[in-house]
Amino acid sequence: MSAPGLIASAWLIARKDLAIEFRTRSAFLSALVLSLLAIVIFYFAWDPTAVGAGDLAPGVLWVTFTFSGLLGLHRSFGVEAQDGAMDALLIAPVPRQAIFVGKALANLAFVLGVQGVALPAMVLFYDVGVGAAWPALIGVMVLAAIGLVAVGTLFAGLTANTRLAELLLPVLALPFFVPIVMPAAQATAKLLAGRPLAESFAWLRILLAFDLVFAYACMLVFPATLDD
Amino acid sequence: MAPRVEALHLVRVFGGRRAVDGVSCSLRAGECLALFGPNGAGKTTTLRLLAGLLSPTSGEARVAGVRLPAPEARHHIGLISHRAMLYEALTGRENVAFTARLYGLPDPDGATDRALRALRIAERADVPVRQLSRGMQQRVAIARAIVHGPDVLLADEPYTGLDEQGASALTALLRERREAGAAIVVVTHHLHEGLALATHAAIMQGGRFVRHEPAQGLDPLAYADTYRALVA
Repeated sequence: MSAPGLIASAWLIARKDLAIEFRTRSAFLSALVLSLLAIVIFYFAWDPTAVGAGDLAPGVLWVTFTFSGLLGLHRSFGVEAQDGAMDALLIAPVPRQAIFVGKALANLAFVLGVQGVALPAMVLFYDVGVGAAWPALIGVMVLAAIGLVAVGTLFAGLTANTRLAELLLPVLALPFFVPIVMPAAQATAKLLAGRPLAESFAWLRILLAFDLVFAYACMLVFPATLDD
Repeated sequence: MAPRVEALHLVRVFGGRRAVDGVSCSLRAGECLALFGPNGAGKTTTLRLLAGLLSPTSGEARVAGVRLPAPEARHHIGLISHRAMLYEALTGRENVAFTARLYGLPDPDGATDRALRALRIAERADVPVRQLSRGMQQRVAIARAIVHGPDVLLADEPYTGLDEQGASALTALLRERREAGAAIVVVTHHLHEGLALATHAAIMQGGRFVRHEPAQGLDPLAYADTYRALVA
């Protein structure tokens, strides 16, 4: 018998995490409610005569995604901290990076699921014309989700065994979210304003670069965060 | 042939305190070390070092001749803890099958069935773990630890939560694994149970082995007196 490789074991871990989330639905529903509440609150606080929908919507969208995503990220290692399940995972003969990749894949599904509901809700509430920009907008969402999840998964693992995990995770992760959220918001603004996709390329390149750097660096650093 | 478990001058320091202070031991196939000691003596830390869950500050731990925490060494280990280490939202069967797949067993479902039957928990295996009693959870946890047929078993207070029937099933299982050639380290406060299983016994105090000897011929009552005198 030989243990599965990195990708196969990461897939097993991701599938297990998604099965747990599917059974409990606690984090997903919380994140969804938070997203929808944020969109509604911003909507009622908005003065359309002062700020146009196209100027406000990208900011609302990315603030919402950033904070709702943190709920899922915190939960991903919370299930391992419960009753010491992390030890059973660490003793298994799988590469430690597989734990990171598995958790990140499950977190990505979580964040994309929340985005999949919150984005149409935002479009409906703010009546922004997305038109033909849907595919590009979805591309921006996916690229940004990859970066947020990579950084968030690392810090969620790092803070999981601390007493103040709920507080430490946003404090540590949010500064690293900035290089992801900024180009994502800029690209979203251009797409919602009906500008040609080519005008967003510069922002998308920055987003892609940070995705690659963060995903690779976080995967390398992750095993060092696991020792007590 | 390399010893199944080998600790070479293991030291682990937490914030200036030496939780484990120069522990050395070696276990061959079919040997069992019962590790006794008061709370805070360093027993659990020693076990975590032997499991590769902690890195030693100095010294090294080897399993089947491979230095921990290499995956080739971890492959040999089954860990039973006083914590169940299970996912509450999943059923017992899903928990055990997940581990079987992580170890790359060729027939994970069959191995899961066999492990659950060995612990007499098969009929409750499809219930979410959160709905099981503590004792039943511990049986699932033991099934998870043995599903891949480990030849090194590390057990930290494994009798926690078990009723009489569960405790005797565990003793029988550990004895059977030892006779089949597994090396076992049991951390326990129960001298009688530990000595009944062990081929070697050690008492820890202040991160060190203050006594380490073959268990054969040890009288539990006399050993209890020795233990009390050493840890007083």
